[in-house]
Amino acid sequence: MEALTSRAKAVDRKPMTFLERLYLWNILKGMIITFSHIFKKKPTIQYPEVKRPFSPVFRGLHVLNRDEEGRERCTACGLCAVACPAEAITMEAAERLPGEENLYREEKYAAKYEINMLRCIFCGLCEEACPKDAIYLSETFAPANFNRKGFVYGKDNLLIPNPTTQPEATAKAKGLN
Amino acid sequence: MTLLSLNIDWILLIEKLVLIAIVVFASLGIALYTTFGERKVAAILQDRPGPNRAGPFGLLQPLADGVKMFTKEDIIPNSANKWLFILGPGLAMTASLMSCAVIPWGGTIELFDRTISLQIADINIGILYIFAVVSLGVYGIMIGGWASNNKFSLMAALRGASQAISYELAMGLSLIAVLMLSGSLSLGDIVKQQQAGWWNIVYQPLGFLIFFICALAECNRTPFDLPEAENELNFGYHQEYSSMKLGFYLFAEYINMIMSSAVMASLYFGGYDIPFVNDAELQTHLGNWVALFQVGTLLIKIVFFIFLFMWIRWTIPRFRYDQLMNLGWKTMIPLALVNMLITGALVLLKMNNWHF
Repeated sequence: MEALTSRAKAVDRKPMTFLERLYLWNILKGMIITFSHIFKKKPTIQYPEVKRPFSPVFRGLHVLNRDEEGRERCTACGLCAVACPAEAITMEAAERLPGEENLYREEKYAAKYEINMLRCIFCGLCEEACPKDAIYLSETFAPANFNRKGFVYGKDNLLIPNPTTQPEATAKAKGLN
Repeated sequence: MTLLSLNIDWILLIEKLVLIAIVVFASLGIALYTTFGERKVAAILQDRPGPNRAGPFGLLQPLADGVKMFTKEDIIPNSANKWLFILGPGLAMTASLMSCAVIPWGGTIELFDRTISLQIADINIGILYIFAVVSLGVYGIMIGGWASNNKFSLMAALRGASQAISYELAMGLSLIAVLMLSGSLSLGDIVKQQQAGWWNIVYQPLGFLIFFICALAECNRTPFDLPEAENELNFGYHQEYSSMKLGFYLFAEYINMIMSSAVMASLYFGGYDIPFVNDAELQTHLGNWVALFQVGTLLIKIVFFIFLFMWIRWTIPRFRYDQLMNLGWKTMIPLALVNMLITGALVLLKMNNWHF
């Protein structure tokens, strides 16, 4: 039978010779191999200081987007919640009152918007379903937490900083600097 | 009356006490950093950076480990023999520290019109003393395993004891060859002879190899670390131990490593002898500094052997128990006997001016 690799070796069941039974030669060969590893490059990345670059299509934590004037884009249509295969998204809609035009772009907005990050599978279907370009998946992932409650992200966690009042924080959230 | 008129050399007593304190604390400190070195060497041999978070280059890691050990809950099992349970790790630690008494750490220094030898006790049976103390270390293992009142601990202790005893035989036989060459049991004399002539490794390469392998087995280092085989043999004699009692057992292993490295360096590699230099001639030029260099030389030799121990540990897996016993009784002891007989014959021939 033809060998599958060039490294294939027949099993040798001959009884060991005296030198082999001393193990010394084989141990020495092994020690030379481990010694050569001292000079090898270490592939470790020192995590908190050095971060591996994400792929451009990485799907991380969600961000609720605002438009250029700083108004929330979400209109609480619920399409993201319908699209979500893990049923991680819940929301409550409310009607925009007169005088709140600078806060919400549409007449209806999400009064409560929650994503359970333990249920979320980060598939990005909500991003695709959204007709208002309101929800995006960013390039960070959920930090560790001691209780489950901490993984239910509300609007305060998800909403991007207002670009008109906090331009620097927005730029940071978008990963521009 | 006789008690009062006893002529005690108080200065000698103080001198020895200071020496003991320095040696004990130095070996504890070195052992502390040997644990760090072990982790670093393991990491580097496995293409990892190793501990590097605590302090610069992770140098405070052993302190963090110590604090962790001390703050862990100290459990004494209900059915354990309480006093023996506490005595076990203490005995292991004491036995491993005791052997530092007869190792010549350096030559002599001149201080306050006194010639101070950098050896705590130059007793004329130094090697026998070391053997006795190393055998005492087995008691630490046995008592720990017995007092735990756990059959797995007891079995591991028996395994450890039988291993130590089997390998001590070959170790002793390989040593006899050295003793035949030097004609003295005092470690100080053996080192001085090597300073004058060649190192013993030149005359006794096989003896050194046997001694080294047996030292690995005596220190319970890989490939002979069956007494503490965590995964396949349900840990070892320290299975029931926690907190600093466990820490003492692990620490005793590292001190044993240092001491056996020091003994190997003294017996086969000239001890504190600075290679390629005539130490006695240097002493006339540099005075006390020579002793310092000698201590440094011995430390370098010790560090080299410790690195060798670690290098072996992170290269090969442990032996099976039957392989261990076969190697000990059927390979090491015959080899040591042959080595001893050949050395004896050559020594006799030399005494007879190379005539049969």
